[in-house]
Amino acid sequence: MYSLLRTMWLTFLHMFHKRETYQYPEKKAPLPARWRGRIVLTRDPDMGERCVGCYLCAAACPVDCIALQAAEDEEGRRYPEFFRINFSRCIYCGYCEEACPTYAIQLIPDYEMAEYDRQNLVYEKEDLLINGQGKYHGYNYYKVAGLAIGGKGKGEAQKEDPPVNLKDLLP
Amino acid sequence: MEEMEAAINPWWIIGGVLFVVLNTAAGLIWLERRLLALWQDRYGPNRAGPFGILIVLADSIKMFFKEDWVPPFADRLVFVFAPAIVVATVLMSFTIIPFAPGLMVADFNIGILLFLAFSSLGAYSIMLGGWASNNKYSLLGAMRGAAQMITYEVFMGLSLMGVVLLSGSFNLKDIVLAQQGGWFIFPQFVGFFIFLVAGIAETHRLPFDIPESESELVAGFHSEYSGMKFGMFFIGEYMGVTLISCLVTTLYFGGWLGPDFLPPIIWFVIKTFAFICLFILLRASLPRPRYDQLMEYGWKFLLPLSLLNLLVTAAIKLL
Repeated sequence: MYSLLRTMWLTFLHMFHKRETYQYPEKKAPLPARWRGRIVLTRDPDMGERCVGCYLCAAACPVDCIALQAAEDEEGRRYPEFFRINFSRCIYCGYCEEACPTYAIQLIPDYEMAEYDRQNLVYEKEDLLINGQGKYHGYNYYKVAGLAIGGKGKGEAQKEDPPVNLKDLLP
Repeated sequence: MEEMEAAINPWWIIGGVLFVVLNTAAGLIWLERRLLALWQDRYGPNRAGPFGILIVLADSIKMFFKEDWVPPFADRLVFVFAPAIVVATVLMSFTIIPFAPGLMVADFNIGILLFLAFSSLGAYSIMLGGWASNNKYSLLGAMRGAAQMITYEVFMGLSLMGVVLLSGSFNLKDIVLAQQGGWFIFPQFVGFFIFLVAGIAETHRLPFDIPESESELVAGFHSEYSGMKFGMFFIGEYMGVTLISCLVTTLYFGGWLGPDFLPPIIWFVIKTFAFICLFILLRASLPRPRYDQLMEYGWKFLLPLSLLNLLVTAAIKLL
């Protein structure tokens, strides 16, 4: 009985405590830099698309909300022909970001994604692609990959040795 | 006092009481949310209108326009009538409350008995609602609710008898007038405590909201209800809170009595309001007891206590 009355009194005293609510639209909660919100597709420092259409993000996605189709341009660079994320299914787990070998797909601290129409939550490539590098600056996949593409031959990538001549006995 | 009674047309009183009670019940939606928020360091509704008061309007509109669906497996007639019973019985109980001198709907000599009778009828609403839903969870919730209401009904009546002994009348107006020498809270503190606990259990408010245990029984007896039928249960509960607060005020805190600088009706409203706030504070602070604890507390502790209270009061009255 005493503890009940004490509980009630202590609860009553909360009347004079400071309120902890964030008045949301006016005052936003401070988010950690690694907050997993809206997904974007980033570009490399030369403003080319980072995504190479490897399907690893789509494969890693537990709710199958990512759909894409890989294509190849005349220089031999791979890019997604379309890239579609259904944000009404997305659970913001970040597996796609972890799976991505080229830092292309990233989750940013933007969580305000309310829509009146469910269909508006399906984001196409134009909506996803941003003009920037996101969280990982200075990384350019095609500059470090050993793949020969237009304007860059074998062995010309960063930190890459020229190819070894297999027919030659000299070191 | 007699000329006041003649001055006001009884229809105006009936209409006024209906209007005030129904609007209080609606307003309690807002009040409860605001007060709970206050005691939980939150803000609660504060966007719709000044201080979020328009949340009442939003809630009512939502309630009226929601799909009012009767499940095909339900007993249709009983299902529809069950929510009406709780509202009707609580509203009928308000007839006996003396709000101020001359301001009561019916000046019955058996006022308290009428209240007890109607509050017993309220158990039908829960039981029939749960039974007509034809759903095991609803039925279980209804059984628990009915058992609780009947248990606490028993000594609710007994606890009131102390007041009846002291004032020598079942008429609530006479009870208030008998408190001119001193409120009954002091000689009848045990009775007040028992009545308050029984009243909370009777309106199945927290911490005694056993029929509505969300985690085990979904929502208890009203699981299958939607729209305004659910709203009737909801409003019925809030009206029950108001009713019990009114009764506590009348029986133990001198009703409309108070210093002369405020009119009697204001005193009554202030006291009632304080008890409504107490109900909400209880909800904010106390955890729900286990079902067997609830029954044990009722039968093994409160019932003997109320009998003892009655015995002692009667003995003192005789001496």
